[in-house]
Amino acid sequence: MSAAGPNTTADRIPAERFRALFEPRGVLVAGASTHPGKFGFVSLHNILACGYEGKVFATNRDGAEVLGIQTVADIDDLPDGEIDLVFVCTPAAANPDLLRACAKKGITAAFIASAGYGEAGEAGIAAQADLVALADELGILLAGPNGQGVVSPPVKLCAQIVGPFPPAGHIGIASQSGNFVSSFENYAQLTGVGVSRAVSAGNAAAVGVPDYLEYYADDPETRVALAYVESVGDGRAFVERLRGVAERKPVVVVKGGATAGGQRAAASHTGALASDDRVFDGAVRQAGVSRAASVEEGFELAATFASQPLPAGNKVVVVTTVGGWGVVAADAIAGTDLELAALPDDLMAEIDALLPPRWSRNNPVDMAGGETRDTVPEIMRLAASHAEVDAVIFLGMGIQSNQAKLMREGRFWPDHGLERIVAFHERQDARYAEAAAEVSEATGKPVLVATELAVTSPDNPGPAAVRATGRVCYPSANRAVVALDHLWRRARWLGRRDLT
Amino acid sequence: MPTLSEADSKELLATFGVPFPTERIVSTADAAVDAATEIGFPVVVKLGGDGIAHKTERGLVRLGLGSAEQVAAAAADLLTAATPEDGEVHLLVAPMLRATRELIAGLHDDDQFGMTVMLGVGGILAEAVADVSFRLVPIDRVDAEEMIDDLELQKLLGPFRGEPAVDRAAVVDVLLGLSAAASERADIASADLNPLLVVDGRPVAVDALVEVRA
Repeated sequence: MSAAGPNTTADRIPAERFRALFEPRGVLVAGASTHPGKFGFVSLHNILACGYEGKVFATNRDGAEVLGIQTVADIDDLPDGEIDLVFVCTPAAANPDLLRACAKKGITAAFIASAGYGEAGEAGIAAQADLVALADELGILLAGPNGQGVVSPPVKLCAQIVGPFPPAGHIGIASQSGNFVSSFENYAQLTGVGVSRAVSAGNAAAVGVPDYLEYYADDPETRVALAYVESVGDGRAFVERLRGVAERKPVVVVKGGATAGGQRAAASHTGALASDDRVFDGAVRQAGVSRAASVEEGFELAATFASQPLPAGNKVVVVTTVGGWGVVAADAIAGTDLELAALPDDLMAEIDALLPPRWSRNNPVDMAGGETRDTVPEIMRLAASHAEVDAVIFLGMGIQSNQAKLMREGRFWPDHGLERIVAFHERQDARYAEAAAEVSEATGKPVLVATELAVTSPDNPGPAAVRATGRVCYPSANRAVVALDHLWRRARWLGRRDLT
Repeated sequence: MPTLSEADSKELLATFGVPFPTERIVSTADAAVDAATEIGFPVVVKLGGDGIAHKTERGLVRLGLGSAEQVAAAAADLLTAATPEDGEVHLLVAPMLRATRELIAGLHDDDQFGMTVMLGVGGILAEAVADVSFRLVPIDRVDAEEMIDDLELQKLLGPFRGEPAVDRAAVVDVLLGLSAAASERADIASADLNPLLVVDGRPVAVDALVEVRA
């Protein structure tokens, strides 16, 4: 995003104005095409195919039928007061008249997918400024231009020129790169932790990432805001606005171009040390924003905020059926603000009663293969219930089901007792996932589960059952630790400022 | 952009609670010897003046002077080293503080974010190590504490080589002082406390440079 400065200094846009964009009563696709490769076809297709339940209209120069919709050549032929949102795929030059006609029909939001604006030289910049002024005059909320679209899964709206359509959930996404909207949506599909709203800000001519995030703070469907930004314009205004959001809901930011700004040739040593990224990093920390180091980490943090409670402290118990992963998790914890809890004597005694003596007798709690049917859920419950423990990470799920898969696919299936043991293995992994969620809900503490099977074998009953609980199955202990560390840092930020 | 002399920089920031060592400003070698005798040897003698920003690079700082003779010789040398561009100059006589730990702190007016306050690990490797934390001015006490927590080299802040742990509250006060200075004095364009020595666990700024807007 560089076509126009993002709107970071404008006054706050009233939340009710976003309703037409995210929960429209009816949608009009302007510039619907009969060619399935054109945006004007694809956007109409996606709106219809993803099950949007409001009325759908379309314009087409020739009034052709597209995907079963009888289009009109003239907006004046559409009904009054039934459409809130227009999705614009027409050429830039046609759009001023189009917006005027839309306003007459009662349309109050426009997503402009068309290019040819701020990204297209001086003439484009002028056209963009004119369009903003016109939308303002007409009372139309102007999203884009030059953006890939808007999705709102709670109302099954997929007004987007690309896939995917993510499952419904509570993550509100705003991005200065349309492509990263798709990336976040892809992760939503993978993890099953869904999206409330997602929008590509495009050139952000009138509505920028901070505007969307402020709306998400008010939006009852959204529990956590996730943003990708490259340019922040007036940095101070940007972080002040994000702080206002962060005081109410978690805000996760992925910043592109982190290394672009070098140190300055400065008279002062302080100035020489003030790279763009260091100043940005300090400013967002101060504002209580959770900064993610990568796109996948950004999604995972948002999904974690959306699905886990905040911990009251930083003391973690790692429960593992696999020694090595426990060791690696402990290493990862050492590099964060989290701490491995020293196992309290009473908890130690309780675990002793459940396991043969060879267990680690330390944190990580390595069961060393001594677990039986109920041991894993029971130890998770004991650990999470203890007053000196703030969070639990469970490692080693899915191993049984992975073996079960080999048995299912092998030539001995289903004889030799395989059917029975496979059913047991798969039931056990599902139980672990369910127990993790139940224990977390019962104790109000985060309980995270990690296994690489989440990505290497997502149909494994372990990860599949985690998804069914609405939580993330982390692809490694390290990634679970990073996510938990961010939960703790937010809890601490709120607590130190009496914001809890 | 014009800079204040070291002495004026210190005077300005001292009013906001930034701790500096007791030092004397004199204009002759004899007066420097008297000042050094009062302060107690060893001392540091520096050449100061409004036109002098980076003394170390120009060899205008003489460290660890242990006797009246050494002070007299160094002072005479420094006065000779002054150039016409330096304008009016003076000698600054300060106690030679010993510290194994050095921090750096300052103010920087960022193009995008406006005035910021910084804390970092200091010393000659400061820019290479770049273990620093920034916040936007104004900061509160919690922000300042979190800046200290941000530093990677936390081991430097604990008990170290027989010296006590760094007095975090005193470092917080330095940062709050810088923030207050920036808030109240719109003419401050930048400030460096470099080094901010840790002496017996407490921060003391032995050099200061303030840039002011013309």
